[in-house]
This record gives sequence, structure tokens and C-alpha cells, in this order.
Amino acid sequence: MRSHKRQLSFWLFLLPALFFFVNVVIVPFIIGIVYSFTNWNGFSFAGSHFVGFEYYIRAFKDTQFLSSFLLTFKYAIIMIIFVNVIGFLLALLVTQNMKSSKILRGIFFMPNLIGGLILGFIWQFIFSQLFVQIGQSLHMQNLFFNWLSQPTTSFWSLIIVGTWQMSGYVMIIYIAGLQSIPIDVIEASQIDGAGAFRRLRAIVMPLMMSSFTISLFITLSNSFKQYDTNLSLTNGGPYNTTQLLAMNIYQTAYNHNQFVLAQAKSMIFFIVIMIITVIQVHLTSKREVEM
Amino acid sequence: MENTKNNHIKNIILTLIGCLLAIVVLFPLYIIVINSFKDRQEIFQNQLNFPSTWSFTYYIQAIQQMNFLVALKNSLIITIISVIFIVIFSSMAAWALERRKSRISSAIFYMFIATMLIPFQAIMIPLIQYMSKWDFDPINFSLIDTRYGLIFMNIGFGMSMAIFLYYGFIKNVPLEMEEAATIDGCNRFDLFWRIVFPNLKPITVTVAILNVISLWNDYLLPSLTLRTPSLLTIPLATFYFFGEFTIQWDLALAGLLLTIIPVIIFYLFAQKYIIKGVVAGAIK
Repeated sequence: MRSHKRQLSFWLFLLPALFFFVNVVIVPFIIGIVYSFTNWNGFSFAGSHFVGFEYYIRAFKDTQFLSSFLLTFKYAIIMIIFVNVIGFLLALLVTQNMKSSKILRGIFFMPNLIGGLILGFIWQFIFSQLFVQIGQSLHMQNLFFNWLSQPTTSFWSLIIVGTWQMSGYVMIIYIAGLQSIPIDVIEASQIDGAGAFRRLRAIVMPLMMSSFTISLFITLSNSFKQYDTNLSLTNGGPYNTTQLLAMNIYQTAYNHNQFVLAQAKSMIFFIVIMIITVIQVHLTSKREVEM
Repeated sequence: MENTKNNHIKNIILTLIGCLLAIVVLFPLYIIVINSFKDRQEIFQNQLNFPSTWSFTYYIQAIQQMNFLVALKNSLIITIISVIFIVIFSSMAAWALERRKSRISSAIFYMFIATMLIPFQAIMIPLIQYMSKWDFDPINFSLIDTRYGLIFMNIGFGMSMAIFLYYGFIKNVPLEMEEAATIDGCNRFDLFWRIVFPNLKPITVTVAILNVISLWNDYLLPSLTLRTPSLLTIPLATFYFFGEFTIQWDLALAGLLLTIIPVIIFYLFAQKYIIKGVVAGAIK
């Protein structure tokens, strides 16, 4: 009797969460898997039939998709390096004994709170208006021109904005990692005569390996899923040269009305994210030092 | 003595580097602020100088044209109600899952966690199609193009991470108090709301803050569900200034700044909690 009652209360506590989650995430996800193997027209499913891997094959033959894929890899790799190097250095800086370190922390973190969409618009002004004006007044038009008008500089604009936004975020994670290292470990190494750089490499960094795992993972998955800044800063331009994966999927679906192709692309996207995550967590967790 | 002097110099150099970097970070915002007071002509001529007059004309125009107050209201309603429900439902579910371990409960828990890897793009197309089926004309019920529809979806998407965070926290809350209350005849519902939930306050703050940040800035999901102009949230409303071909920078800059102000205010008041919440959310 008692156990029945508890069984009932277990399900009652779980029910609301399950209801929303199943209807918003699980059901659409399953529908999406099914649709990706059919020739659904995007509106009514009646009349659609099973076509196997046809749309997956089409996705791999779509040159824009492939170049978006490569570009996203390139973007993610550069972002991982920039964001983590800068974030780690910022964390080292603001954990020094300085009066201003609290304020600096607050400033470095702030860009993170402004959404990617708004940030992209703000930087669009900098790259397309301010840069032109600076180039004219300094007579340095070969360096300062409308950066969003050319593929290479457009791509680097995305990197700059992404780094500007995310460095402060991983900085916060690295600060927590640095502060978790026991002070006597540091002192012992000082007595042993280890220099600052050596101490950092041989003692500090191995002890905060888990912070690196977390930060690398967050940077990787955020860069892979980047959409908002891509939309507001370059909108994929010029000539679709800066179209990242998420945007390619969106455009396939809503600009070209090829819903099944978009769904197949997004399933490929999902599988790639899954593989990368598993590899990455596996690699970095092996190197973690247990305290 | 030599050492303290060295430290002093080191300190000054580090502070200088820090200030320099802070200027780099703040520079784009500074540019937006000073130019938001200029007219189109002045923006075209000089973007680095202070404006010749500090007039709020463009702010007033921007507020009217992007329907800022309506968008602010929509963003507030959608964010706050979504967060309240996410907190209530996820804390209840996490408690049930953690305190009543069985094969089913851990299977459900892992289902919540595993789906965090699914990118939104893999769900969005069938989601919108499926949600549009939840439509009941006689009472005008529809999950598409309504605030409650978006809130419904926000709750669903918010569950995984919130349950994950609550679950990790509840694991470390001792059972004694709950057992004592059960012996005293407290039922499960009272037990949770009177005794358990108040003890979860630190993680509730984390969950709430992380969700406020992501929902306030969310663009893609609202853009797929909301169409009616009077329902648009702040990120959607900024698109007013960024047309297909022309951008009215004089108004757009004022508009962008307006959208940042609520975020800055929130940050100034809750900075301590925000940073703590982000750390807790990332590390757990």
C-alpha cells in the first residue's frame, strides 16, 4: 500500500517534466529521424514514402553543404585555440594580486551576456562602417576596409567576434580551476626553486586538467552550433562564403523549402557532434590528475 | 625589500595590461554609445569623436519604431514564466529521480542527459510541424505564434540541463531531514515544497540565471514560432532596423543600445550570482 503510494508520487513528480520534454524534444527528434528517410514535402506527411538514404547521399553531393562543413571545422578549431589561450591568459592575469582584478573580471565576462545576435549587429557597424572611415583618414585602406565585403576578412570577423564573446566565459572556468589548486602545492614548488613558467607547466596546468576539458568542450560545441552571430554579422556573405553549418541547414529548409534534405543534413550534423564529443571527453579525461 | 619593490612594479605592469585589455573589450560598446547620439550625416563624417549634440531623438524614434516597450514586455513575460516553470518542474523531477533509484529512474535520467547533445537544427523542422498540430480552433488555442506556445517549448528545451544540475546537487543533500519529516507524517508533496525545495536555493539561483541569460537572448526558436508584430521579443524586434538592403544606422545604433541596457542592469545587480551560476553550470 505504502509502496504503491510512493510509486504514484514518483510518477506525479516526474510527469510535468516528462510531458514537456517528450513533446518538445523526444517526439520531434524521432519524427525527424523518420522524415529524413522519406520524401516528405514539408507540409503534409500523407502520401510520402520511404526513400532510404537518398537525401543523405544528396547532402554529401551538395557542394555548399560540404564547404559549410569544412568551414565550420576550420572555425571551430581556430576558435578553440584563440578562446582558450586568451581565456586562460586572462584568468592568470585576474588571479594575480591586483586591486582591479574584480572589476577586470566583470568587464571581460560582460560580452557573454549580450546575445550573439546583438553582438553581431554591433560588430557589423565596426567592421563595415568604422573600419572604412579609419582606413580613409589614416590612408591605410589596405588594412582598414569593409571587412565584411571579402570572404577571408569576413571569416576572421566571425572569429574576432566569437573570441571577444567567449574568452570571458572560459576565463571564469579557468579562474575556478586556478583557485581550486591548494596553496601549499604552489608554495612547495616555490621552495623547490621552480620558476614561474615551469611551475605553470609542470604543476598548475596538470592540476586543472578538468577545467581544460570543460572549456574545450564548451568552446567546441558552441562554435559548432554557431548561428546567431553568423546571421547578424555576415549573413553567410559575401556569396555564401561564410555560411556555417547551422545556417546552411536553416537556409536549406526555410529559404529553399527542401525540408527533408535539411533534416538529413541535421542528422549528419548531430552524428558528427556526438562523435567529436565522445572522442574529446575520452582524450582529455585520460589526462586528468586525480587529487 | 628588493622583493616587495619588484612586486610593486610587477603589479603596476599587470594592472596596465589589464586596463588595456579592458579598453579593447569595451571599445565596440563605446563606439556604439557615442554614435547612437549622432544623425546619419555625422555618423558618415566622423565616428570616433563625441557627438556634437547629445540628443535623444534617435532613442525616442527607435523606441517607437521597433515597438521597444512591447518587445520588452514580451521578452520579460516569456523569460520569467518559462524560468519559473523550468525551476518547478525540473526540481521536482530531479528529486524524484535521485531519491527513488531504480532501473527506470536511471534510464529516464540518462535520456534527459543524452539529449543535450542534439543540436537544435535536428529538431526544429519536425518541432514546428508537430506543434502546429496542437491547435484547437474553438478556443483559439495554438502553440504557434503565441507567447504561451513559446513558453511551452522553452520549458521542454530547458528540462535536460536543469534536471542535470538539480540532480547533481540533490545527491549531496543529506537524507536525514527528509526521513525525519516523513516519520512526522509529512506527505511527499509537503515534504518537497516545505523541506527539500528551500534547501535547493543555491542551485535554483544557478538554474534560474543560466536560463534567464539563454532565453532572453534566444533568437532562432522565437523567430520560428512568433510572427505577429505585437508578440515579438527583443532580439526579433532589432531586425526592424536591419532590412534586406539598407540599414538605418542612426536608428539602429540607438535601438541596439536599448536592447543592451536591460542586460547591463541585470548584470550590475546580480554579477556575483551570475558568475557563480556560470561556474556551477559549467563545471557540474
